[in-house]
Parts: sequence; C-alpha cells; structure tokens
Amino acid sequence: MSRAIRIAAGQGFWGDWLEAPWRQVTGGPIDYLMMDYLAEVTMSIMQKQKSRDPLLGYAKDFVPLMERLLPELVRRRVKVTTNAGGVNPRACAEAIAQVARRLGLAGKLKIGVVSGDDLLGRVDQLLAAGHALANLDTGRPLRDVRDRLQSVNAYLGAAPIVAALGRGADIVITGRVTDTGLTLGPLMHEFGWAADAWDLLAAGTVAGHTIECGAQCSGGNCLVDWQRIPDLANVGYPIVEAYADGTFEITKHAGTGGRVSVAGVTEQLVYEMGDPRSYITPDGVADFTTIELRQRGKDRVRFSGIRGRPATGSLKVSAAYSYGFKAVGTLVYAWPDALQKARAADRVLRQRLADLGLEFETILTEFVGVDATHGPLALRELQQRDVPEVQLRVGVRSPQRDPVERFTREIAPLILNGPPSVTGFAGGRPKPEEIVAYWPALLDKTEVQACVDLVTV
Amino acid sequence: MRRSRHRVKSGRRKRTVRLVDLAHARSGDKGDTANVGLIARHAADYPVLVRHVTAARVARHFKGMIAGPVERFELPNLRALNFLLHGALDGGGTISLKTDAQGKVFSTALLRMEIEVDR
Repeated sequence: MSRAIRIAAGQGFWGDWLEAPWRQVTGGPIDYLMMDYLAEVTMSIMQKQKSRDPLLGYAKDFVPLMERLLPELVRRRVKVTTNAGGVNPRACAEAIAQVARRLGLAGKLKIGVVSGDDLLGRVDQLLAAGHALANLDTGRPLRDVRDRLQSVNAYLGAAPIVAALGRGADIVITGRVTDTGLTLGPLMHEFGWAADAWDLLAAGTVAGHTIECGAQCSGGNCLVDWQRIPDLANVGYPIVEAYADGTFEITKHAGTGGRVSVAGVTEQLVYEMGDPRSYITPDGVADFTTIELRQRGKDRVRFSGIRGRPATGSLKVSAAYSYGFKAVGTLVYAWPDALQKARAADRVLRQRLADLGLEFETILTEFVGVDATHGPLALRELQQRDVPEVQLRVGVRSPQRDPVERFTREIAPLILNGPPSVTGFAGGRPKPEEIVAYWPALLDKTEVQACVDLVTV
Repeated sequence: MRRSRHRVKSGRRKRTVRLVDLAHARSGDKGDTANVGLIARHAADYPVLVRHVTAARVARHFKGMIAGPVERFELPNLRALNFLLHGALDGGGTISLKTDAQGKVFSTALLRMEIEVDR
C-alpha cells in the first residue's frame, strides 16, 4: 500500500480555537494543514470590509496566525490549504508573503491564490443572460433583491487547489471554495486521482466533511457518552490519514484529549446532512449510505466502501443581501412565580408596542430556562412552581430600522414599571442590528472560471 | 388506554422507552430547515428506530415548533436516521430571532420522544 497522506484540520470556522493549528503542526507528523474559515454569510462581512479598504476582505486574524506558524511549516514541510482569502484572496496572499519576508523566508515559499468565485461584478450580466439565480428555498428570482445584494459567490471545488499545488504552491489561499474541497484537493494532487474517479472523489469529500468542523468529530460537541470523553481542555483536532485507494482513517495526535470513535464520528457525518445518498459538491456526488466505519484501535476510525456519482452541471452560488433589521432584549425574573412574572412582562411589552402602532414582521418571545431550546416539549414536563429564575428574551424583526430602534427603548422601563423581581439588565439597551440574509442558488458551471495565480515570496 | 389496547391486540407486553435511552443525535441547519441525525446506540435498536420513529411521528412530536413538513432518510450503514424539519428556524441563519437559530439542539429535543416497544 502506498504512503498515507496526513491532512490535519486546524480551524472549523472563523473564530475557532487559535491554539489548534499550532498544536496540529507541532504535535506530530502531518503533510497538510487544512483551515476552513467561511460560513454562509461571512462573505458579506468581508465584502463590506473590502469596500472600505481595497486591501481587506479576508480573514484578518489568519495573518498573525501564519506569522506564528510559518517557520514551523517551512521547517517541517507542511503545506496549507485554506479559504481564509474570503473576497480578496490576492490581498491575503500578499499579506502572508510580506510576513514571510519579514521572517526571513524569502525564496522558501510559494503561495497559490485561487479566485474566480466572486460574481458580484457580473450579476447584471448573468441576469441579463437569463440566469435567474432563483432562491433554492423559496424559488424567488434574484432580481427581486438585486438592489440589496452585498455579495455573490460561486462555490468552487477542489480542481483549482489541485492546479495550485501542481504548480508548486506550499500555501493555497482561496476565496469561496467548498469546505470539503480543501481536503479533497491535496488528495487528488498527491494520489493523482482523476477528475472523473467518482468513488475516490466521494471518499475525499467524505474525509473533508468529517474534519471540516474541527474537533466536532474528535470529541467536541459530542453527545454520546459525553461525560467520559477525556481532557477536552487539551482536545486533539482531527487528522485524516488517507490512502490512494480511497480508504482513510480519522485519528488525532498522541497525547491529546478528546476521542475518535465510530459513534462520535457518526455524529459528525450526519451533521447538516440533507439526502444522504446525494451529498453534492462541485467535484462529484458522494453517497453517505455507502460509508463503512470500523474502530481500528484507540482514537482511530477506518472509512471504506465509499461510492460516488458524477458531478452535476451546476455550481452552488451563495449571495448575501440586506434583509432588514432586528434586535433582541432580555430581562431576568426571579422566584417566586418567575415564569408567570416573565409572561406578564411579555404581555405588557407587546401591548405597549401595539399601542405605539409599531409593526414588525415577527415578534418572538422565549423564556430562557424554560422553553428556549425545546419549546413546548420542555414546558410539559416542567415543575413551574420551582423555577428559580427565567430570562425573558424578546426579539423583533422588521424591514425598517425605526420600529426596531423604538423597541429597544421599551425594555428598560419594564424594570421599574412592570412586574417585580426583575434584574439582569446590566448590558444596557439592545442595539438594532442589520440583517444580512443568505440566498442559495444554482448556476451553470460553464459560467464560472476559476483562476489560479502564484505569489512568490 | 393506548398501551392496554396494544397489549390486547398483540398479546405481548409493551414498555415505554425514551429515545435518549436508545439513541444519540446531532443536529444542524440548512437555511430554515433543521436536520436531526438520530443514531442507534446498539445495532439491535436500529430496526426499532426505523419502525417507530417515522416522519409522521416526528412531525407530531414537534407540533407547534415547526411550520413545514418532515422528511426521513435511512442510513443502515451508520445505523442512523436523518430527519429534515422544514420551517423550523424562524427563517434560519441571520434572519432568525431564536436562541437556537441554527438548530443545534433539535437533536436532544427529538431524544425526548417516547416510543412503545416490545418488552
């Protein structure tokens, strides 16, 4: 059997544990460090930053992280794949190149830049050419929100990462590449997997899905037997050990906390799953009903049997648009009759909002400690008399800012002019927040051309 | 009432179990849809889940909490069922006003369900 390729997950999202990438690189042998930064609406935040400063628009904290990692990465010959480039991968790569030069690594690094996913500047042309970019959930055409669009990005697959690695890149910085493509790309490059080797591509995709949420497959947020998962303070992030035949094992560095078990890995496999027979990516379609799992020793799970199908002719597009405004206010009510007091306060608040003539798309009330997570399912079983405290949590949403702004001024008065035993308002008046909403759509693959550049250090 | 009728009909004793004792789960979101993956703790319990935890039964369980239909998919290889709960998240993502805007704890909400199994 050929040599295994070891791909380590370092970030499951923008804001994940800063220590994880360092521990992955220094904790044992790995070949690649994979870091996923992009959630669905992250691109719009980055687009805003870029509009204020053309040198921004990427995950800024990726730069200090790389400053710490670069000497080790070079010394250990570990490569990096990441979508930290956001809407400005080129600027991100230049920033990393600058840091590398400062660290004396000139001539020792090549940075690959993957772009072509950003469609914001081409929207009118695409709409004019008859691409509706209809919302996958609601069916509405994109032109309905054309004047409120903040970002439009196609999800690229593994192919441009393979191209960048093929041209000698040590670090590949991308825009909106799929989470799974960041793992599949290195495997296609290392093993020479063809772009139509559907079973192998499906295997690499499943490997990517398993580790894309970081420690969520190695003991973090794991429900099964959770009290016996050891040493979460020192949790080991997952590592894929992959073989050319499409089999792989999930493990973690020796001496780390957490746990890699069949049951825990299964929890991650079903996370955010739709139809398990059709996990669709730009690279192919993976069938999750073919995955065979086996515990192969402590903290080591083997994957085999994975089957795939040909890719579709479309790419997923994620757009972000300005939807309106929202605000959430909270107050805490204490025993006795905590829930009754919170309910009374909610009634008072709603009456005042109505008397002011304020209109909202939605007013949502939750009683945290009682029904915020499990709704009426929890309420049924609750001994309501004994509840020691309840947080009243009221949220409003509107296309306009004004009613939301006025709502934020109606919370604090309840402290003195509403039901008694109320506290927990130290945070002050809630702030209205702009809602930037997500718009999923499909686009013909032929409309999107991925672009690969190299930045030499 | 229902329990005794079962007994007469099948001639076998039944007992009530909570899903939390048979299964574990993880949930997440896709827009306004929450997904719950329900995983049998022991292989022998997977057919029990397939038989009793139907899409219709799950829709009844979440009555008042979700606005849309429930879909179910089977993964016998992982002894898991995947449920899609449509219209569960007040619009989902950044639109939602819910504490659990991303459906992270629909998992344990499903584990509250009780089913009647052969003793």
